[in-house]
Amino acid sequence: MTLTLYHYLIVAALLFCMGMYGIITSKNAVRVLMSMELALAGVSINFVAFSNYITPAALTGQIFTIFIMTVSAAEAGVGLAIIFNVYKNFKTVDMDKIDLMKW
Amino acid sequence: MEVLVQLYTAILSLIPFEPVRNAINMLVPTLAIASMVLGIVFILIWWERRLIAFVQARLGPNRLGPGGIFQSFADALKVMLKEDIVTADADVILFTIAPILVFVPGLLVYSLVPVGNGMIVSNVNVAIFLFLAISSITTLGILMAGWSSNNKYSLMGGIRAVAQAISYEIPLLLSIVGVIMLAGSLSMVDIVQSQNVWNIVRQPLGFIIFFICSLSEVNRIPFDLPEAESELVSGYNTEYSGFKFAMFFLAEYINTFTLGALCTTLFFGGWRFPFDNLLGDIGLQLTAQLGIVWFILKTMFFFSVVVWIRGTLPRVRTDQLMAFAWKYLLPAALLNIFVTSIFAAIGFGVFSR
Amino acid sequence: MAANTIFFMIFSLVAIISGFVMITRRHPLSAALSLVVTFISLAGLYGLLAAKLLFIIQILVYAGAIMTLVIFSIMLLNVQEEDLPAEERIIERVSITTLILLPMIYIIGRSFTVIKDGQFPEVSQDFGTIHSVGMFLFTTYSFPFEVISILLLISLLGVVVLAKRRI
Repeated sequence: MTLTLYHYLIVAALLFCMGMYGIITSKNAVRVLMSMELALAGVSINFVAFSNYITPAALTGQIFTIFIMTVSAAEAGVGLAIIFNVYKNFKTVDMDKIDLMKW
Repeated sequence: MEVLVQLYTAILSLIPFEPVRNAINMLVPTLAIASMVLGIVFILIWWERRLIAFVQARLGPNRLGPGGIFQSFADALKVMLKEDIVTADADVILFTIAPILVFVPGLLVYSLVPVGNGMIVSNVNVAIFLFLAISSITTLGILMAGWSSNNKYSLMGGIRAVAQAISYEIPLLLSIVGVIMLAGSLSMVDIVQSQNVWNIVRQPLGFIIFFICSLSEVNRIPFDLPEAESELVSGYNTEYSGFKFAMFFLAEYINTFTLGALCTTLFFGGWRFPFDNLLGDIGLQLTAQLGIVWFILKTMFFFSVVVWIRGTLPRVRTDQLMAFAWKYLLPAALLNIFVTSIFAAIGFGVFSR
Repeated sequence: MAANTIFFMIFSLVAIISGFVMITRRHPLSAALSLVVTFISLAGLYGLLAAKLLFIIQILVYAGAIMTLVIFSIMLLNVQEEDLPAEERIIERVSITTLILLPMIYIIGRSFTVIKDGQFPEVSQDFGTIHSVGMFLFTTYSFPFEVISILLLISLLGVVVLAKRRI
């Protein structure tokens, strides 16, 4: 058995689906953030695999992965800061209880 | 050295199967370097205790063996014979994994450090980067140790360790950039070979930043807040005993030795004899044959400096620690990159490649 | 079976299993630690795809920095087991997830028919090294690179503003 693009696509799809599942099902804000990282990681694998498959000369996919990493680092930083503030004000990390904007 | 290499090659060629030979050829250098480091660590523990005793006008351990050199072996034996306690409320899995996660990366990075002329386990072309990536795993181990102990002092120690490690990693990375620019490569071997003039001459500011940051990364005084005895009992390793504690203890010394090794490799010419290119044939021979001796001597010197600092400076406060990293070290590291890139671009004096 | 395939099996299985553990564990700290395992095995997958620089960045940035930050804040919040929100109405949520993911599964299925030959072409020796990635990053993609650096700066400022103690 040799490695083909399909293998990587399946792994990436599974990771992305699990990330989506985590985002939708969890109520804990930190968990949602982590699930987002997981989904982004699945996307990154796709990018790197396609970078090998389509453009072995140019590194477009890998560059995009670097950008994704940067964005997710920024997202984690800002997201955690927001969660901290929310926890300070509401004393909870439950996403369903933070509903002040409803009214 | 050459005789040893020839002997090793001869023995290796006796093994019939190629995969087996390759596996052994991978395993032997790794084990050799790991056992060398562990052996040195036992001497380091004794050396630190003697030196700190000298600074404080005491004698230190001097009973077992000549000058007390076997004291650390006795201590190791004692620690291994102790009961391995896991506290009732601890998270057992994390509690067990944590010391391994702290200990293994510390030893693993030595496969990337050239300890002599051609004496390197794997000459990766992004060695420094990989080095920092591997050693950043250690932080997770400390965090796990602090959390899984279920003890507020341990947790405080873990939190402090991580805050400190994350803050000081940024100026640490940036201070190395200058060296990388001057060598034009991230391979440690290339960096050492590019230092006809030692990098300390070309990168004095970079060296100071690097030394302070790595001092903080390995949690030595004056940056040993994660294990501050007077505040946190013993920090993240409060609940550990027996062999698990020994792993933390050894990891600390291995990391301090790594600090010295990295300072030597990046800023003080690695395995090269001082001014070997000016001394002509003798200098080159000294470098080629006795590289490992110069490497260990230089590294020991830096270890002694660390001990000297421990004997001299008091511990800093947490807010001072953070302010120092973000307000002074980070801008200074950026300035260093800026100035170095200008000099490297115009090829001024010692900055020419 | 080639060594690459074995490594792929190991890394992808570890990544998927620990990803699964991450979404099923109740306590966020165990979830975060298994996510670290996922990221490290993903670094292995990058290595198999000849992305040498990404392999290191993945470990350094994800496992070393981002996850450490996440775990750090979980510990700092120190949410007790009983304060954690109860995960209720699981069936409802799972079915909604499946509904949302159905187009995704369709796209994946379609990709198998569109992509005829999944064989990877031979890549050159310097594919994915720090040199080649750097060349691309600073020539072709220099503008996105600058934009992303401004994004980082803005997020840095944002975090400082959000986290700072009001005096």
